[in-house]
Amino acid sequence: MAQAPALPGGFELPLEPRLPRIGSVDQVAVEERADSLSRRSIKRESKLFALDLAVRMMDLTTLEGADTPGKVAALCSKAMRPDPSDLTVPPVAAVCIYPNLVPVALERVQGSGVRVASVATAFPSGQSPLEIKVEETVRVAEMGADEIDMVIDRGAFLSGNYAKVYDEVRRVKEACGDAHLKVILETGELGTYDNVRRASLLAIAGGADFIKTSTGKIQPAATLPVTLVMLEAIRDVYEETGRKIGMKPAGGIRHAKQAVQYLVLLHETLGVEWMTPDLFRFGASSLLNDCLLQIRKEKTGRYQSPDYFTID
Amino acid sequence: MRLPVKKTYKLYVGGAFPRSESGRSYEAEGANVARASRKDLRDAVRAAREAFPKWASMTAYNRGQVLYRVAEIMEGRRAQFVELTGDEAEVDAAIDSWVWYAGWADKLAQVLGSSNPVAGPYFNFTVPEPTGVVGVVALEEPVLAGFVARLAPVIVGGNAAVIVASQKRPLAAVTLAEVLATSDVPGGVVNVLTGRKDELCGVLAAHMDVNAVDLSGAGDERGELERLAADNVKRVVSNGDGQSPWHVAAFLELKTVWHPIGV
Amino acid sequence: MTEIEKRQDRSPVPSAFDYAPAPESREIVTLEDRYGLFIGGEWVEPKSGEYEATISPATEESLAEVAYAGAEDVGVAVESAREAFENGWSDIAPGERAKYLYRIARILQERSREFAVLESLDGGKPIRESRDVDLPLSAAHFFYYAGWADKLEYAFPNRNPKPIGVAGQIIPWNFPLLMLSWKIAPALAAGNTVVLKPAESTPLTALLFCDVVRQAELPPGVVNIVTGDGRAGAELVKHPGVDKVAFTGSTDVGKEIQRAVAGTGKKLTLELGGKAANIIFDDAPLDQAVEGIINGIYFNQGHVCCAGSRLLVQESIYEQVIAKLKRRMGTLRVGDPLDKNTDIGAINSREQLEKIKELVAAGEEEGAEIFQPPCRLPEKGWWFAPTVFTNVAQSYRIAQEEIFGPVLSVLTFRTPDEAVEKANNTPYGLSAGVWTEKGSRILSMAQRLRAGVIWANTYNRFDPASPFGGYKESGFGREGGRHGLEPYMRFE
Repeated sequence: MAQAPALPGGFELPLEPRLPRIGSVDQVAVEERADSLSRRSIKRESKLFALDLAVRMMDLTTLEGADTPGKVAALCSKAMRPDPSDLTVPPVAAVCIYPNLVPVALERVQGSGVRVASVATAFPSGQSPLEIKVEETVRVAEMGADEIDMVIDRGAFLSGNYAKVYDEVRRVKEACGDAHLKVILETGELGTYDNVRRASLLAIAGGADFIKTSTGKIQPAATLPVTLVMLEAIRDVYEETGRKIGMKPAGGIRHAKQAVQYLVLLHETLGVEWMTPDLFRFGASSLLNDCLLQIRKEKTGRYQSPDYFTID
Repeated sequence: MRLPVKKTYKLYVGGAFPRSESGRSYEAEGANVARASRKDLRDAVRAAREAFPKWASMTAYNRGQVLYRVAEIMEGRRAQFVELTGDEAEVDAAIDSWVWYAGWADKLAQVLGSSNPVAGPYFNFTVPEPTGVVGVVALEEPVLAGFVARLAPVIVGGNAAVIVASQKRPLAAVTLAEVLATSDVPGGVVNVLTGRKDELCGVLAAHMDVNAVDLSGAGDERGELERLAADNVKRVVSNGDGQSPWHVAAFLELKTVWHPIGV
Repeated sequence: MTEIEKRQDRSPVPSAFDYAPAPESREIVTLEDRYGLFIGGEWVEPKSGEYEATISPATEESLAEVAYAGAEDVGVAVESAREAFENGWSDIAPGERAKYLYRIARILQERSREFAVLESLDGGKPIRESRDVDLPLSAAHFFYYAGWADKLEYAFPNRNPKPIGVAGQIIPWNFPLLMLSWKIAPALAAGNTVVLKPAESTPLTALLFCDVVRQAELPPGVVNIVTGDGRAGAELVKHPGVDKVAFTGSTDVGKEIQRAVAGTGKKLTLELGGKAANIIFDDAPLDQAVEGIINGIYFNQGHVCCAGSRLLVQESIYEQVIAKLKRRMGTLRVGDPLDKNTDIGAINSREQLEKIKELVAAGEEEGAEIFQPPCRLPEKGWWFAPTVFTNVAQSYRIAQEEIFGPVLSVLTFRTPDEAVEKANNTPYGLSAGVWTEKGSRILSMAQRLRAGVIWANTYNRFDPASPFGGYKESGFGREGGRHGLEPYMRFE
């Protein structure tokens, strides 16, 4: 089992692998910066570009106890062809579902380019023994999921047991095999931006390919300031080590306007290189239809009605 | 001849105008007015407690703007208030009183607070903060100016209020509540109850989740009410007539903070 | 069923994410061809007969012709203010005086977009700033001081405060409407009347303000606006009918004014230049500190008296901070002030642009290292790319003189004591910034820095309740807060 090196008080990460210093985050300044960026005015062709990109970056999600093969099959159809009346609208990046539904999803999306992401590790709470969480990951990977979204153990994090959090990410990453690993921080439970930064660097140290804000099961989920903090952590890792880590805000992003704001934030913090589904995703469900509405509005000049867009 | 549509006079609680949960009313000034019960008062205190954090955390500037807006809307309804009170001068004074208090919102800290030169390497400062939910028993008269004189100093500092209106002449208070409801005052910051004072004041004075009381309109029962208030150490406030920042200060706590100065 | 493309291993990365132009419409502003002087509640032609064009610095187009007041015109304005003071304004019930000021505040809020567009047109600052900072603060200033008008005995207990009389006020071009509010609001709240001279390159929002005065039904003569150049200002300062002079502008002109009123008994307040140190300690939240540096020097194109124009960075984090700073400078958008996405607008005038260029050239000559991100500057108009100098010595001109442009000079320090020493080592003393996580250090630095405004973990924050003003050659007197009333009062 991988052992995290003994962490001194104040939690400065080990020098190998090299990581940026943790430091602190000023709440007022971060919220102001995010607010200022959200007021950018993105119009016409730049707006269409952003909306198209937002669709391509979406992880279309259903994570309900009531999910059935039928429900997931319909979700997959929507994911592959979001707007049947406008085939220039691209498919989304992935569908995001519970482990039991992975086989159904894989079958439906086969050959379309849409990926299958599954949650694992006792989602959403993570409050289960490590061995069970690792076993779940192994099974999901064996089923053939392309991507795995895990949760960190917030109980361990908030009680200061950072080594445990780190270990779990390492073990789950190992169990993923070829699948990409997204690590969910559940920022709404972490309390401060300092903690969000700390958790981000910890997850990246453990081997995350993506860091993700939320499970979507509690409020607050994704916010612009939290996303900014995580993007800045990713930027520092890149400066220090050259590694490019992806980011996924999830939960609470319902309107196309918000999605565009996130893309502006991404653009001005990390630059165009990150503006690809390989490095940025939206975890959302109702966002897709609002993007379709806005795309059609941009193309026709008329405000649209939800009646004209299928639910799935 | 055209038949006028008569107004229903209800309570103002949580930003809405419900009837009394008891279904009772009483006759005052030729109209049927809701007769609030102890449960209505309970609901009002709950609404005030819920509204308090948001009102208290608004910037002082915003609170001042809201109070000024109350004056704006009241000015628009000047004729209606003159009809209710029969006194133009009283209505003008009431409107101007809102303007006066509105201007205090972002100045209280400068007049009531301080930085204190303690004998040591510490920065020490004192700031005033709202106490929470304040119960007010309004004067029987003057029905409008007296009501405003008791209410404005409570809320300008960030408190939420539960106010028992004049029993004999409650219509001006209810009409003022309509002004509050349309003036950007968040629901629950002010709650107006009409009814019998002997049914309501004791409950208010004894309520364990009320932080301060202004018993100006209580009359003979005052002593007993002050005794009841002692059970959770309520601040019992006796502001005199007129307007003053000290009337506001009576409903504010003072918090002092220390922090060392050093590299 | 159409073909759907197969999964690609790498999704294409866009070459750029350009923001399409997002211009705020100019339609909301109606400009006259020509403006007179606003005296005694009326528009009057200047006895001087002089008019000059006011130019938009972004396009060099002439926006309107504006009167240039001469000595006689200034005299008429002062008399009008005196007349209004003696016959009415000082006797009006204070509560009524307050209501006039509240009206002005509300009207500014209602016409906020119109004023914001005009401000950006005339002065060159980005619409985002005039809309989100200048206008809200201007209205707030009137709202705040309106509240003091009938509460003066609480502001000055036991001092029996009375108005002084006629105030002559001269304001700069960097925040035209805001500076007007900072001057007029407390003066009127205290019961005075005013003659205000806007800066010669930015008269238009002051002239539009006269329409607000009309809508508020302010008694004639309480506010008089005389446009013109330095000559009109000099006449105003020396006019015997002016009881109090308030000036915001350069230190050099401030000294001239101080000499001019010497021995006259006139009250004087000055708000002059600065060369503020923005001090970053190694425990500062770095990304936010970099935002603070950017905001400190590039906000309003650096045309800010309290700009953080000297970056004092602790040596242990120097490399990191400079790298982040340079990268962040690369995302600044210079361009059309009326475009809602513009971060840095035009330089206010050709003269100012020349001054900036001269000092920047001096910086390079003296041996500092210059960095400017690649910037596509428009053809017409006056522009300067955001600039940072590293390897700067304390003695270089760019570390000593106020540039008043988007130019930052970087110096390093090792310890808090050294930071304080370097920060204070200047004849100026308007403002300073301190970035550190440690509370006690914030307070210790605040205690020792000789500056009138100290921002900790933030920068360029203004509020009508917060007193603003300088130490040493940055001037004397405070604007804002209860203290901002004092210069406009007479005490028994």
